[in-house]
Parts: sequence; structure tokens; C-alpha cells
Amino acid sequence: MTLLGQPPPSVVRPHLAFRDLVAESVTSLLARPGRSLLTILGTVLGIGAIVATLGLSKTAGNQIVTRFDALAATSVTVTQRNEFGWFGPSQQTVNLIPWDAEDRIKRLNGVLAAGIKSNVSADGQLTRSVPINDPLAQTEFAINLVAVSPGLFDIAQAELRSGRFFDEGHSLRADPVAVIGRSAAQRLNLDRVDHQPAIFVGDVTLIVIGIIEEVAREPSLLDAVVIPNGTARKLFDLNGIDEVQIRTEIGAAQLIGSQAATALYPNEPNRLRVAVPPDPRAVKGAVEEDVNALFLVLGGVSLLIGAIGIANVTLVSVLERVGEIGLRRSVGAARRHIAAQFLVESAAMGFIGGIVGASGGVLVVVAVSATRTWTPVLDPWIPLGAPALGIVVGLLAGLYPALKASRLEPVEALRAGL
Amino acid sequence: MPDPVVLLDRVSRTFAGTTPVHALRHVDFRLEAGEYVSVVGPSGSGKSTLLHVLGLLDEPTDGLYFLDGINVALINDAERTGLRGDRIGFVFQDFHLLRHRTVTENVLTALLYNRFPRRERHGAAVEALERVGLGHRMDQTTDKLSGGERQRVAIARAIVSRPSLLLADEPTGNLDTATSESVLEVFDDLRSDGLTLVVVTHDETVSAHAARHVRMVDGFLSETTSGRGTR
Ligand SMILES: Nc1ncnc2c1ncn2[C@@H]1O[C@H](COP(=O)(O)OP(=O)(O)OP(=O)(O)O)[C@@H](O)[C@H]1O
Ligand SMILES: [Mg+2]
Repeated sequence: MTLLGQPPPSVVRPHLAFRDLVAESVTSLLARPGRSLLTILGTVLGIGAIVATLGLSKTAGNQIVTRFDALAATSVTVTQRNEFGWFGPSQQTVNLIPWDAEDRIKRLNGVLAAGIKSNVSADGQLTRSVPINDPLAQTEFAINLVAVSPGLFDIAQAELRSGRFFDEGHSLRADPVAVIGRSAAQRLNLDRVDHQPAIFVGDVTLIVIGIIEEVAREPSLLDAVVIPNGTARKLFDLNGIDEVQIRTEIGAAQLIGSQAATALYPNEPNRLRVAVPPDPRAVKGAVEEDVNALFLVLGGVSLLIGAIGIANVTLVSVLERVGEIGLRRSVGAARRHIAAQFLVESAAMGFIGGIVGASGGVLVVVAVSATRTWTPVLDPWIPLGAPALGIVVGLLAGLYPALKASRLEPVEALRAGL
Repeated sequence: MPDPVVLLDRVSRTFAGTTPVHALRHVDFRLEAGEYVSVVGPSGSGKSTLLHVLGLLDEPTDGLYFLDGINVALINDAERTGLRGDRIGFVFQDFHLLRHRTVTENVLTALLYNRFPRRERHGAAVEALERVGLGHRMDQTTDKLSGGERQRVAIARAIVSRPSLLLADEPTGNLDTATSESVLEVFDDLRSDGLTLVVVTHDETVSAHAARHVRMVDGFLSETTSGRGTR
């Protein structure tokens, strides 16, 4: 021995194998399973809420896309903007939409069908049919007169009960023909067209060549007298087109919407109003965002509560286990080993909370989807990320108690705790 | 000549405060390997403080302490902790066992922090428990043990890492006479195996088992028998 007392190299530094650390922590937790489970409840709820939120919003968003009305999603409508003059709104001062609108639009890539439609003002004239069977029955009706291009029947997906549609030839020749909707036909007491019945709009005679039984869109056609554009221009002085209707391929609506105005009125395309369906992707994103923002806040709050719960219980457990801490120090545990044990214990609780919470959240998504017959959709990183989030929560929650535990002086700890 | 296990050179321990407490005053103390020493003295005389200093749980405010020839003031906190886990065993009056854990697990905690070879741990725990006569109780949780059995588990834990110094603070303080005797027999047995023992006690019969007796009064240490260095 030297009085200077050089420390010989035989001094062992304290050491704790990671395996032993985990085993000690897990055994401690398992020694009081009831308390450990109660402790993780907050984390379970928090992570469960977050997983369920992300899963449900994803599932619902997906649903919106698949269920989005395929017809509406492929429809584009072009109308003329109302022009406001000095003396208030005046309609149709100039006709901006050309008469060959249907052809112009059909040239665009992605257009499946196009048609034009205008309301014809017949100056309040009534429509009647011959013969007049019952002199007392009403024989004259105010029935809408509508001029369309043949393509509009396509757009409306009109089905005939009897007869045929008119075509481009009728329009070019301005033939006095009409197709009438089934309600109009009922009122006019017409059932069949094989004998070429005539109807009278004011003093104009029209031959009915077809009766529409059903339409998928444009239900107003069912109670209207529908005539070719050319006929309307010649016999009823139609001088402008109200609207152009376009059906596009799926997914092309946005693109066609951006091209239609230029195709119709290249000089000043923005004098036309183009209505396109909302972008389904945008709708989906918006829904996900709405749902997410609300519920993620809720999930975050419950997770915070969960973390506080773990922190609280770990802190209480530090206080309860002061004696154990003193004992471990006395058998050679360094401060960092004490801290590590409490950290691993709280992280393990967070981890278990994450797993249980994620499972619960997934169950909720599946259950809700089942009741709505939706397809549950979940990002794969969510079930993996949830336990990791739990560990982070547990570590954060355990930080302060672990520090507190490691700062205890061994003598004090041994004296205080039993 | 080998280093003494303990050499205290004018060690003092003063607790600062409004009225500072001199728990140890200029204590000189030399302890050779294999000695069995009892420490007696009135309450508050500094016996526990002496044991804490010897066990590296507390540090002298003055003087030098050599443990196995190592000046413990020259090594850092972590190294002192390592030395404690490696060379010192503690036995406390109130046992300090982990509840809800088995007897064997309690003994094994003393092997976690000192690089004791993993493969030899279980064997060492069994051996230590057989040593204290608890070979049949190894898988019992400690809540179910009697006081004497608990203290013997604590002793097994204190000796399992084969320390050079065993420190016991009132080891029989919570035990009746009969169970005290079983604990003292274990100490006698350990001493005959060459373990160095320091036992703090109030009890004359406990003290009588030791070969050497020191007395603490008001922080001063004095020998009461001239048995210094004897076996
Ligand atoms: N952390 C401390 N702070 C201040 N004073 C202390 C502290 N620890 C011990 N003391 C004081 O030091 C003196 C010696 O205490 P110690 O515990 O060593 O006595 P003891 O001989 O073990 O007594 P007992 O027989 O009652 O256990 C006492 O006066 C005690 O109040
Ligand atoms: Mg004491």
C-alpha cells in the first residue's frame, strides 16, 4: 500500500447489461400488473383515438372518391356570363356561344358527348294538340319549349317510349318536328307517334316524332316540347344559346373545363362561365383534413393526459420505491442505472399502451367500416408507428421521475424507505 | 504483508447545518482481513455513519480512507459505486428486500451491477442461500418469510458477490432472541471462512460473538478489548 494511494486497475466500474435492465424493469412491472394496466389506460385511449382518427378519415376519404357520383363528376356546363350594363342586368345582349358549339366541343380530347340547350320563348303562347275530343276539357297548356342539339339527348341519356329523336338534318332543314317528354305527352293526351300527331305552339304546327320515357339527367325535358335548334331559330326567332353541356371521360372534367371556354369563344374566353364538378381529390383531401384536425387534437389531448398519467404513476412509484433505490445503490447500481430502470419501465408501459391502443383503434376503424359497408383503409405506418409513439410518450413521461430517482442519495434512500 | 481491508486515518464526518453535527471525529481504524468486529455505543454516537463511510455510501469530510489499499478519495463517484458493488456487502436492520420478488431474485440483484459472469450467477445465488440455510426457500416470494428468514436472505444477498467486507447495521434489531441466534450462527460461519465482518449492535450477546470490540461515543471511536489484529 502506498499512502498516496494510487487506485489500482482492479477497480470495476459499475455496469448493467441491457438484458438485465430490461428484465428487471419488466419484472417490476409484472409484479404489479393491475397498477401497470391502469397506468397505461390514458396512453391506450390517446393512441387508440389517433389511430382510429387517421384510419377513419382515410377510409371515409377513400369512400368519397369511390362513391362520388360518376355522372356529376364527368359533367361540365358552359353558360354565358350575365353581363351587367349601366341599367342593371340585361340578358343575352350578345350571343357569345356559337351555333356549332357541339362540334367544337366534341373535337376536344376526353369529351364523350356534348349538346346545347336553350329555352325558347314562345311569347306566352300555349300548346295544344288535335283532335279536340271533349269541348269542355282543357286543351291548351303552358308547356316549356326547349331547343337542343341532338347531342343533348345523349347527355341526358334519354330513352324513348315511342318514335325517334330528331337529328342534325332536321335542324339544318328547320323541319317543324318535336320530341316531347312523357309528362307533356300525357297532358297533351298523346300516347303514340306512329300516326304523326301534330301539336300547335301558338300558330306554329309541329309534328311529334318521339316521346321521351325516361332521362338520367335534365328531368325538365320530361315536361317540355323539345325542338331542333334550326327549327327554333327559324320558327321561333331563337337568337342565342343558353348552355352547353359536356360529358367527359372519368377524370377529364377538370381539363375539359379549362379548355371549353377557349374552344367556344377564343377571343374572350372568360366571358363564359364554366361549371366543373369539384375535384374529387380535393374533396377527399378536404374531408381528411377536417376530420383529422378535429380528432387529432382530441387524440393529442388524450395522449397528453396519458403521458401525465404515466409520469404521475412513475413518480409515485419512485417515491414508494425509495428503499429499493437505496438498496440497488448499495449493491453497486450507479445513478444512471437507477434512471435507466425507471425510464425503461415507463417506456415499456408506453409501448404496451401503444400496441393496445393501436389494436383498439384498428378495431374501431374495422367496426365502423363494417356497419357502413366501407372498405377499411389504413396507412401501414400507423400500426407500426403507434407503438413507437407510445415509447416516446413513455420516455418523455419517465424523464422527470427517473432523474428524481437517480438524484437520491443512497444513505437518505436507505433511511427513508423500507 | 497484504493491505488491511480497512484503514481509516483521522476520518471525520461532519453534517453541515445551523448546528453542525460531528458524527465522526478523527477516527483511526484498521481492519485486517478475516477480522470480526462489533461496534457498540449509544444512539446518535455515529455507528451508522461509520458503517456508511466504510461502505462508500457516504464520504468523510476529513481524513483518509483506504479500502483494500485504494484511497477512495482519489477515485470518482462511479468507481466508488463499482467498488461498493464489487467488494462490500450490506446487511440492514430492516432487511431491504424487494417485495413481490422471489428469494433467489432478491439475492441475484447483488450480481446485476458488478460484471459477475452471467453463467455463474444462479449457482452463486444457490450457494449463498444454502450457506444461510435457505436452500429450500429459493422460489418463495419474500412476503411469506419470517423475520429471521428475511434477514438470512439479506445476508445471502450481501455475500453472494464474494465481497471483502461485510457491514451489518443492527442485523438482529428486528428479531427475537431465537431468530437472532440463527443469524449470528451464519456470521460465525462466514467469519470462519475468512470474511471480514463489522457488526453494529446494541445487543451484548450479539457483540459477544465478535473477537474484537470497538465503542463509539459522540463520534469518537475507542477499542474496548486489546484484541486488535487477532483471529
Ligand atoms: N444526514 C444527516 N444530516 C444531519 N445529521 C445527521 C445525518 N445523518 C446522521 N446525522 C447525525 O449524526 C449523528 C450520528 O448518527 P448515526 O446515525 O451515525 O448514529 P447511530 O450511532 O447509528 O445511532 P443509532 O444507534 O440510533 O442508530 C446523529 O446525531 C445524527 O442525528
Ligand atoms: Mg444507527
